[in-house]
Amino acid sequence: MTVRKNQAALTPEEKRAFTNALLELKRTGVYDRFVTTHNGFIMADTDSGDRVGHRSPSFLPWHRRFLLEFEAALQKVDPKVSLPYWDWTADRTSRSSLWAADFLGGTGRARDGQVMDGPFAYAAGKFNVNVRVDGRAYLRRALGEGVAELPTKAEVEAVLSMPVYDMAPWNSSSNGFRNHLEGWRGANLHNRVHVWVGGQMATGVSPNDPVFWMHHAYVDKLWAEWQARHPKSTYLPAAGTTNVVDLNDTMRPWNDVTPADLLDHRKFYTFDAEPVPAAAASQR
Amino acid sequence: MNKITRRQALGTAAGALSALGIAGATAHAAAADSRASIPAGTVDEVYQGRRIQITPATSGAGHHGGHHGGGHDGLPTVRIDGRELHVMRNADGTWISVVNHYETFADPTSLARAAVRELQGAVLAPFAPMGGTA
Ligand SMILES: [Cu+2]
Ligand SMILES: [Cu+2]
Repeated sequence: MTVRKNQAALTPEEKRAFTNALLELKRTGVYDRFVTTHNGFIMADTDSGDRVGHRSPSFLPWHRRFLLEFEAALQKVDPKVSLPYWDWTADRTSRSSLWAADFLGGTGRARDGQVMDGPFAYAAGKFNVNVRVDGRAYLRRALGEGVAELPTKAEVEAVLSMPVYDMAPWNSSSNGFRNHLEGWRGANLHNRVHVWVGGQMATGVSPNDPVFWMHHAYVDKLWAEWQARHPKSTYLPAAGTTNVVDLNDTMRPWNDVTPADLLDHRKFYTFDAEPVPAAAASQR
Repeated sequence: MNKITRRQALGTAAGALSALGIAGATAHAAAADSRASIPAGTVDEVYQGRRIQITPATSGAGHHGGHHGGGHDGLPTVRIDGRELHVMRNADGTWISVVNHYETFADPTSLARAAVRELQGAVLAPFAPMGGTA
């Protein structure tokens, strides 16, 4: 069974296995297909039209399935690898070990934003940015420049306390847990992290930066924590909603999986620290 | 690499001066051919050495085909140095582009200027990036 761990707790060998598997998916072209899929959805998902991957209730189950596919691809390369998560409320500076040269490499240089160290630096020759929105083929970052601060624990807590999963009009203007976690409304959690990292992470081709997977693995964990805290709340809407994926509707691009199929992450993986159900937590 | 370095130099201090020059010229040209015919919301400016052109939505006219499957209707066309920038409007009236996709802007002009800053002299890729959209 796959166990997703906090990236801060990985051993040097686990880090090496993870980055090597990423480089192998890159070499075979599998990696770039994921970038293309993500960009296709992010450009097509609109507030007033069909929306599946983003700005809609299915933001969370869509990314859960997207990450599962990516993790399965990694495990074909190395069965011991699982997706780590980045708790950006805890590891919140560019000095975090996440950005060290033995893992993801650091921020970009001032001149052109180019990442100069680590396995994904352009000069290392193994991680060209091929699916891109502009001419630049090198991985870029500007940690902490687009926005100064990552979300805090208190900001996350406030969003986790929201009891309703999502609300009409089921888009970027919605109230409720999903849109506050996605970040179009309120303190801004998920969106802000993309902006904080900068470079490709701030664009539609954000999976070009390997931190994408670790950011979304944590967003996914926050969904699991919300579920544990609100056992009586569930995915909404239930049925019959135009342009929106209802609980039992299939999701593109897979067309064989529904949000209902993805609600329980424990069918697929567990976390190193599993969310504690509300009842158990209150007994402590 | 070399090309990007040179373009980028244009985008910074040295470029600021020439930008003013070009901006002046553009404004004159626009004034010469009947200013009145330019629809409201049209922008043609040089910002940090890059030309930003914004054409308001005119149902169907001058549209790239079949991109959003309908969702794109009613959006202005934003170009940077002649290359189209993918833009989207949020339900609350704010704007995002494909190069700043997680950050909202109040209007297409500030969105386009943010894209210029983000590009640091790089050229926009063709409208549907490799592999295209769904
Ligand atoms: Cu996404
Ligand atoms: Cu994201």
